[in-house]
Amino acid sequence: MSIMFKGKKPSRRAFLKGALATSAGALSGGAALAAGEKVITEVQPWNSELGDGVDAMPYGQPSEFEAHVKRRTVEWLTADPVSSINFTPLHELDGILTPNGLAFERHHGGTAHIDPKEHRLMINGLVERQLVFTMDDLMRFPRENHVYFLECAANSGMEWRGAQLNGCQFTHGMIHNVMYTGVKLRTLLEEAGVKPSGKWLLAEGADSSGMTRSIPMEKALDDCLVAFKMNGEALRPEQGYPVRLVVPGWEGNMWVKWLRRLEVGDQPWHHREETSKYTDLLENGQARRFTWEMDAKSVITNPSPQAPLTHKKGPTVLTGLAWSGRGTIPRVDVTIDGGITWHKARISGPSLDKSMHRFYFEFDWDGKPLLLQSRAHDSTGYVQPTKDQLRKHRGVNSIYHNNGIQTWAIDAEGNAENVEIS
Amino acid sequence: MSKFLKAFLVASMLASPALAAGKYGLGRVATADEVKAWDIDVRPDGVGLPKGKGTVEEGEELFVDNCASCHGDFGEGVDRWPVLSGGHGSLTDERPVKTIGSYWPYASTLFDYIRRAMPFGAAQTLEADEIYAITAYLLNMNDVVDDDFELSDENFKTIKLENEANFFMDDRAEKELKEFVEEPCMSACKAKVEITKRAVIVDVTPEEGGEVGGSLD
Ligand code: HEC
Repeated sequence: MSIMFKGKKPSRRAFLKGALATSAGALSGGAALAAGEKVITEVQPWNSELGDGVDAMPYGQPSEFEAHVKRRTVEWLTADPVSSINFTPLHELDGILTPNGLAFERHHGGTAHIDPKEHRLMINGLVERQLVFTMDDLMRFPRENHVYFLECAANSGMEWRGAQLNGCQFTHGMIHNVMYTGVKLRTLLEEAGVKPSGKWLLAEGADSSGMTRSIPMEKALDDCLVAFKMNGEALRPEQGYPVRLVVPGWEGNMWVKWLRRLEVGDQPWHHREETSKYTDLLENGQARRFTWEMDAKSVITNPSPQAPLTHKKGPTVLTGLAWSGRGTIPRVDVTIDGGITWHKARISGPSLDKSMHRFYFEFDWDGKPLLLQSRAHDSTGYVQPTKDQLRKHRGVNSIYHNNGIQTWAIDAEGNAENVEIS
Repeated sequence: MSKFLKAFLVASMLASPALAAGKYGLGRVATADEVKAWDIDVRPDGVGLPKGKGTVEEGEELFVDNCASCHGDFGEGVDRWPVLSGGHGSLTDERPVKTIGSYWPYASTLFDYIRRAMPFGAAQTLEADEIYAITAYLLNMNDVVDDDFELSDENFKTIKLENEANFFMDDRAEKELKEFVEEPCMSACKAKVEITKRAVIVDVTPEEGGEVGGSLD
């Protein structure tokens, strides 16, 4: 007689930890099998004893069994944990929204903790009125809600020379997708009155890195937001509390956190983060600057190296994320045989401008090795290129803007590895 | 009182030259001192530079005291802290060394960045003359100025960095996009597939441990 499982089989991780020791015990002996699983045939503590009272956790936290779902860093990437990066655990998430506590962090001078009462936003430079706003002032302008992805320009930057990191958290986790509530940047700029000569905007942060980026005025007046909420609650400190800039579709570094100043000028400033960093060095020694827009990209989040196929052959769900800085994602193609045959994946959930899209591809796994890839198409007709196509144009030293197609090799055991294929 | 009148009164009470308030009349006019305190940015054309001056020699002492613990006495970088000098002619190498001298297009960026962000952990504590001196020292370490050079707001614009001409505006739209819009093959796309690169060979994924070269910048 075979065992029918209700729901998911225990994950390998949980299994090894012994977290499910009771059901594992039930699986091993023939007698136990005949009798059924103990979690069903015997009354468990949670079936009988009282649980926590309502205020046990005034600000709710995930289940203790989800402790492995967390941001992780790669220590060797940076000299110091203060100016560093950690990664969103994409393989543990579903849908399109990133929970606030899992949104990856990148800061250049540590997380500033700022009392909103002490925070000011100044607009100066080529404006009719140089203004100072308190947070209370900002809350009195008309607000908007938008879901946008924020991707660090260096996401997948370690993969230019070849497959390096085993896990989509590390290869693709410098991205998050949340709903922002904020005031249109345009509204604030109009309040100050941009002079006709004002063609550029410098956004500056209040943290110890004094982050600055030059933004062309067309973008500033188009869809940028000055946001104070993410997914309905106040921004997290590491995401720029109390207020950050939102620059939809453009590289994450421009989304200045702890935003304290907007200066209108007639030229770009060519500051450190748009010269020394965030410029794309090509093979001929020349470098692209102002590569703001994030090209269309996708990744299969499950299965992936941190999320192997533990169930062996049979019905299998493949899922992933796709996004484009130029619009929506009407189509994602998926292959499980290394690109010999492609299938159109099913997109489920809202398809929003410059937001992540969730795709699925369900198939009957025959238990043989697989080579998985996904390929995003965006609403402008752009098709996600292979890594080799990108290398042909850019060489391998650009660090930034690597949106090439990712490959995972699945072996007969269901383990996944980051590879590249012919 | 009308919204306009109220806003007008507030504006005139602050005795500023600003025009009538914006549509919402929210916020207040920034004072000249406030703008001066925060508007510290510098542009390649020299706009934003404060008055001041400093020599390479003065800069050397300041650099050794305030910066060398991370960046090394000559800007060569301690451990994995950023390298600030050297790398000339390496941009087409297999492993380019991108520094102020080898890569940065403008000296103004250096002044601006030190003024706003360095020393790491004690940002915005240096005086204008000190920043001029340290900038002069780093330019000297990068073979841009001589040992006896004195940098000031007056001669700043004469400083040119050798790599300036190698930066160009994003041209992905012309260079790449045409190729990346073709309808892709969906079936029988290739005869066979081989794995060409594997992450396990490199083995740098955290939990597995392993120290490697390379950095994110
Ligand atoms: C405690 C270590 C530390 C000290 C001391 C320090 N720095 Fe830095 N420096 C850093 C770090 C870390 C970064 C990179 C910051 C980031 O990631 O954004 C940096 C970046 C820089 C850069 C930009 C490098 C590049 O290639 O983009 C310059 C220039 C610089 N520092 C100059 C200075 C000067 C001048 C001083 C002394 C006044 C100084 N630093 C003191 C740690 C330090």
